Amino acid sequence: MQTNGADTQQLLAGTEVHGLTRSAFLLRAAIATAGLSGLGAVAPFVSEAIAAGSMTDVEILNFALTLEYLESDFYNRVGAELSLGSTARSYQKQFGEQEQDHVEALTKTIKELGGTPTQKPTFKFPANNESSFLALASTFENLGVSAYNGAAPLITEKPVLAAAGEIVQVEARHAAAINLLVGKSPTPTGAFDEPKAKRQVVEAVKPYIS
Amino acid sequence: MERQGQIDNEEARQTGAVLQLVDDEVERKRFLKAVGAASAASFSAFVVAACGGSKKKKTTTATTSTPAATETAQFGPGDIGIMNYALTLEYLEAKFYKEVVEHRFFTGKVGSLIQRFAEEEADHVRALTAAVSRAGGTPAKEPQAHFPLENPTQVAMLAYTVENLGAAAYLGQAARIESKEVLAAALSIHSVEGRHAAVLGTVVNKPITPDGAFAKPADVATVLAAVKPFLA
Repeated sequence: MQTNGADTQQLLAGTEVHGLTRSAFLLRAAIATAGLSGLGAVAPFVSEAIAAGSMTDVEILNFALTLEYLESDFYNRVGAELSLGSTARSYQKQFGEQEQDHVEALTKTIKELGGTPTQKPTFKFPANNESSFLALASTFENLGVSAYNGAAPLITEKPVLAAAGEIVQVEARHAAAINLLVGKSPTPTGAFDEPKAKRQVVEAVKPYIS
Repeated sequence: MERQGQIDNEEARQTGAVLQLVDDEVERKRFLKAVGAASAASFSAFVVAACGGSKKKKTTTATTSTPAATETAQFGPGDIGIMNYALTLEYLEAKFYKEVVEHRFFTGKVGSLIQRFAEEEADHVRALTAAVSRAGGTPAKEPQAHFPLENPTQVAMLAYTVENLGAAAYLGQAARIESKEVLAAALSIHSVEGRHAAVLGTVVNKPITPDGAFAKPADVATVLAAVKPFLA
């Protein structure tokens, strides 16, 4: 049973964290200046996120699950039907399988923690050839890294945090491989991946939810 | 400045939290050993097992410390120790890449990538050094190291190994970090190491995701044993 776009938007928005565009900018600027502010540059981002009212661990996992549903659907439903070269095809299959593993693991974990897994939304992806497929894959994988890195510090249970770490590293690996294939930098923001606030992620995926 | 002697309320709370985490870490490792390779089923099972089912018991009483509780103590207390541990590894990576670049093993596209990674590891060294200082700690010194650099294939393979190890090392520490700010910064580095490893995988025709859908963490003992051959 699939929820409609409006329900999904409401679900995602219901546990919104305040937009942190300004803090994200500060983070980027501070870190870019050869680490002069060091790790303290992340403080404004995280402090605001916490002050704004954190999500529960189950809410964070459901946020992640929505993104994994998106990626799995993208690779396994849309990607599978496209004509792709051998490298793109191997990524479509391999990453698609792994995103589905993420969907299953997150779903199971949410249930076992006593939560209700979010419903899979209906997605629409404007990808009709290898070029548009890889462009979107790059968008989604890099967005996924930012989303996990943004949400992870808000997780309260250490095992849930450890699990999120195991997933985000894999998303980063995907992102780098896809970027390399399309001629983008595998480290698009240099030495430090930038976290994104949930609101930014929600905005970014809106166009793909029916 | 290292805190020694008197333990105030804040330290007691942090110590309790760290030791509680230790119990989770021990349980988690036992469970992971039992189920073997990570899969979707074992992933959620270990999270639940480590959380003690649906309700997690909170305790503020100290329990017997285990290796995991003190595994970065040799580098300093708490988050400072974790950052100094990371800094030590970053020094090794930075030195390795610097030498690789100087030897001109790679040209073209791969050469550019290696150059880029060299700069990024150096950025990590700078950032972690600054962070330790800001936290009131003494930054770890650059270790003396020597890397075997024989030919492009061997060097690229070594880079792949080192990056995967670095990513696993960060992952192994994520749940031990106390400060959310330090955690956010560590995560921003951790994913970059994953990116590096994936790229090197494509260079040496090895897996982009050697552990499959869920990356595996490595503990301090494993990591230090792996880098020992390179320490002078």
